[in-house]
Amino acid sequence: MKPPPFEYDDPRRLDEALALLAEHGAEAKVLAGGQSLVPLLNFRLARPRRLIDVNGLGELDYLRFENGTLRIGALTRQAALERSSETAQRVPLLTRAVRFVGHPQIRNRGTVGGSVAHADPAAELPAALSALDARYRLRTRSGERVVASEELFLAARTTALAPDELLVEVEVDVPGPATGSAFVEFSRRYGGAALAGAAVLVTLDGSGACERARIGLLAAGPTPVRAREAEVWLRGATIDAATAAEAGARAAAGVTPPGDIHGSSDYRRALVETMVTRALLEAVARA
Amino acid sequence: MPRKEDLPHLTGTARFVGDVELPGMLHARIVRSPLAHARISSIGTGEALAQPGVAAVLTADDLPPATPPIPTRMFSQPGLERFLQQPLARDTVRYSGEPVAVVVAASRYVAEDAAELVELELEPLEPVLAVERALEPEAPVLHEEAGTNVAGSFVVEHGDIDAAFAAAALVVEERLAVQRHAAVPLEPRGLVANLDESGVVTVLGAAKIPHVNRRILAQLLGWPEARVRLVELHVGGGFGARGEFYPEDFLVPYCAVRLGRPVSWIEDRAEHLRACNHSREQVHELALALDGNGRFLGLRDRLLNDSGAYVRTHGLVVPGMGAALLPGPYRWPAYRCEVSHVVTCKTPAGTYRSPGRYEANFARERLIDVAAHRLGLDPVELRRRNLVPPTGMPYASGTNTDGHPVVYDSGDYPLLLEKACRRFDWDGLRRWRHERPGDGRRRGLGLAFFVEKSGIARWEYARVELSGSGAATVYSGSASMGQGVETVLAQVCADALGVAFEDVTVVHGDTASIPDGMGAFGSRAATLGGSAVHLAAESLRTRVREQGAPAPGETLSADARFESEDMTFPYGVHVAAVEVDVETGRVDIHRYGVAYDVGRALNPTLVEGQIVGGVAQGVGGALLEELVYDERGQLLSASFVDYLLPTAVEVPPVDVLITEDAPTPRNPLGAKGAGEGGAAAAGAAVANAVADALGVEVTRLPLSPERVVALAGGRT
Repeated sequence: MKPPPFEYDDPRRLDEALALLAEHGAEAKVLAGGQSLVPLLNFRLARPRRLIDVNGLGELDYLRFENGTLRIGALTRQAALERSSETAQRVPLLTRAVRFVGHPQIRNRGTVGGSVAHADPAAELPAALSALDARYRLRTRSGERVVASEELFLAARTTALAPDELLVEVEVDVPGPATGSAFVEFSRRYGGAALAGAAVLVTLDGSGACERARIGLLAAGPTPVRAREAEVWLRGATIDAATAAEAGARAAAGVTPPGDIHGSSDYRRALVETMVTRALLEAVARA
Repeated sequence: MPRKEDLPHLTGTARFVGDVELPGMLHARIVRSPLAHARISSIGTGEALAQPGVAAVLTADDLPPATPPIPTRMFSQPGLERFLQQPLARDTVRYSGEPVAVVVAASRYVAEDAAELVELELEPLEPVLAVERALEPEAPVLHEEAGTNVAGSFVVEHGDIDAAFAAAALVVEERLAVQRHAAVPLEPRGLVANLDESGVVTVLGAAKIPHVNRRILAQLLGWPEARVRLVELHVGGGFGARGEFYPEDFLVPYCAVRLGRPVSWIEDRAEHLRACNHSREQVHELALALDGNGRFLGLRDRLLNDSGAYVRTHGLVVPGMGAALLPGPYRWPAYRCEVSHVVTCKTPAGTYRSPGRYEANFARERLIDVAAHRLGLDPVELRRRNLVPPTGMPYASGTNTDGHPVVYDSGDYPLLLEKACRRFDWDGLRRWRHERPGDGRRRGLGLAFFVEKSGIARWEYARVELSGSGAATVYSGSASMGQGVETVLAQVCADALGVAFEDVTVVHGDTASIPDGMGAFGSRAATLGGSAVHLAAESLRTRVREQGAPAPGETLSADARFESEDMTFPYGVHVAAVEVDVETGRVDIHRYGVAYDVGRALNPTLVEGQIVGGVAQGVGGALLEELVYDERGQLLSASFVDYLLPTAVEVPPVDVLITEDAPTPRNPLGAKGAGEGGAAAAGAAVANAVADALGVEVTRLPLSPERVVALAGGRT
């Protein structure tokens, strides 16, 4: 339970970190909160030649609202997001989702950027950010680009981040009025890996019908996914037990969750239906 | 009353084996087989040995050729010796995780790096994983020289079982299975061994049975016992698994002796899950015969116990205890249990809190509910009709353990059932059960009655010293696993000697200062250890009366060996009320109660703690914990990501009713052991409650959410 040997850098500024990535990115892993990477190192499942520890980059530790956009620095601890009262008011879906991330000790160290970059398909924040149509700011020594969830998450624990790129910021537009959200997940044990889950935003029109629904799913496939077909089907519908169940069934029909010792793919697909149904009813009650 | 153990634990001054640092200490890493069944072609150690900082890389060929396998210490049987484990595999590996080499190096890092460089050439063989497969005539035989995969078998019976079934108005039969899971103490195992100038090897990190393990280690080293010293430090839980003699218990001292340097081995969790005893994997083909009035006529069982790849120190104790106590608190005119202990290519199995009984109680109490459903009888009433009456005590159950007849010492079973139903408000729970919960939710109640045993290995040693200052010191052959044994032995001593609790110090677990002892297992420390302390303290008190108190600077002492004629038999009732979400399969425990008669509770707080801790483990086994192997014999639940221990959220508050209606006549304290009753019937009670909620018969554990959905006739 000790990692194999590695080189170690702890840059203090973003430009230093990007320079190190430019030089060593292909053989390096970025160490942020370490809540996933350190166990992987100890199990010797990850064997990078070099660790670039970004915990010294205080400039990436922030959470601020600017013109209707929430900007979250990649090094922001999950606990800081959880405790942000402005986030709880303006983007409550994130507050709800982050509470399902592991345990308080994990959230004290784990970072928002780390959760995104690790790209565990069962992780809460990527699914919630996906539902929120988040944008991810990726920086290299020579430039930067901004990508959406669909572009960033390629496969299980695999992102579009180039070896010399660092995720520096996550941007989320504050949802408009008449929008309710819910985050629902099922795990075998408190704080454990989700077997299924749904992050949902529902915006109602003046008549109380669904103007727009956004449904992000976790643990439903190799990446966080949006249940687009169900979202389209809900447009104009009155969300009640029957329509929520129908949308849940449509969301479930579109996914093939991976099976493992905790639940088969079929069981998990049925759970997707239940999670989406429950999340929609919860969200609409808050809209 | 504060526990003697609280101050060191709470202030962080308690010393555990992982805290030990000796000058010049080396670190051992065990190289383990990656395959479940294979012939060893070769083991290349050159590259590992060439690494800077590596002191030794040893394989079976490097051990003395006369090194015997690790022996059984109890419940043996002719033939079992063919299934014992060598400290390092010689020609064949029989489970993934079996030790094949040991690397000793300057640090754990170097040892782990070098361990990766040991080159194993293995020729794969068919992994035999299921007991059913192991029993097939054409299945590969794991231990060729034995010629069979059945390591041991025996029958426990009384009465005419065929006549009982022939006369039955109703026969219910089920195949009931409990999954492989394990004790998983908070602190993994660890050892630090050192050879001193006088030629004595000292092993720190002993647990549970230091004196027994000293004997085994001396035997494996071929040394006199006087040259082997085992020392227990603080121990973070044992639950049956920790403290037995494992391959590492030989390898670490052997390396220290061979290298002349202290050697430390601290097990990590991933290693622990593959190396330390597993438990509980059993199948019961159980049949119950009743007459038209719901009277039990007979109980018949075919018990298959999955031993894993080898027979370890416990011998046949797990199925043996299961067969002995399967009858439970009921009268059976006829009983027959056929036991087979079968080897498979999985981690060897041993005892875990309430070994054999957790499984047997699940099987019997489940089947009694099945019978009640068929008869349209209330399950509590069906039990009540068949309990052994208090006038029947002492009661020979007709079974035996290791050839010794089981005679329940004392008890008023109907009284405890009545007290439990009242305390846990069984009638109120029934009303709760029939309220309409929300959509997709169903409620159920489960009750399970059981008889435990305590005080296996029927003697213990103690010495009590009284100094001129009035301070008393107890030297006990018992061991501390964190259960509070120092506290309870100090209480017993203080009471018997007439000194203050605060003035008593308890010393245990050092074979150099305590001449003999049996240790702590099977709910024995307070009853047998306490009785030995009681006798020694009484004898000392008599001496003081006769000779006067010791003068300043003087010490008076007395020792005693307490021998019990037999085990004692505490008994209890578990009650579970659950609410099941039939869409997700989640089982929420609404209420959990345990009523336990322990004869006399020497320290009710400790007894309650034992029960609550036992429920936590028992509920874990009912709902969450499972050691799952893939078809190649690789352990899939190989870390805490997948081996799901219950947390404070999953463990319900436990309402504990401790009763003292039936003190045992078998020891001077009247106390029966309290360590295992919290776990004993948790699987049974939870399964009965889930079955009641869903209206279907649950026949296997754990009740994972997917299984619950399937039982509910859900969408999968």
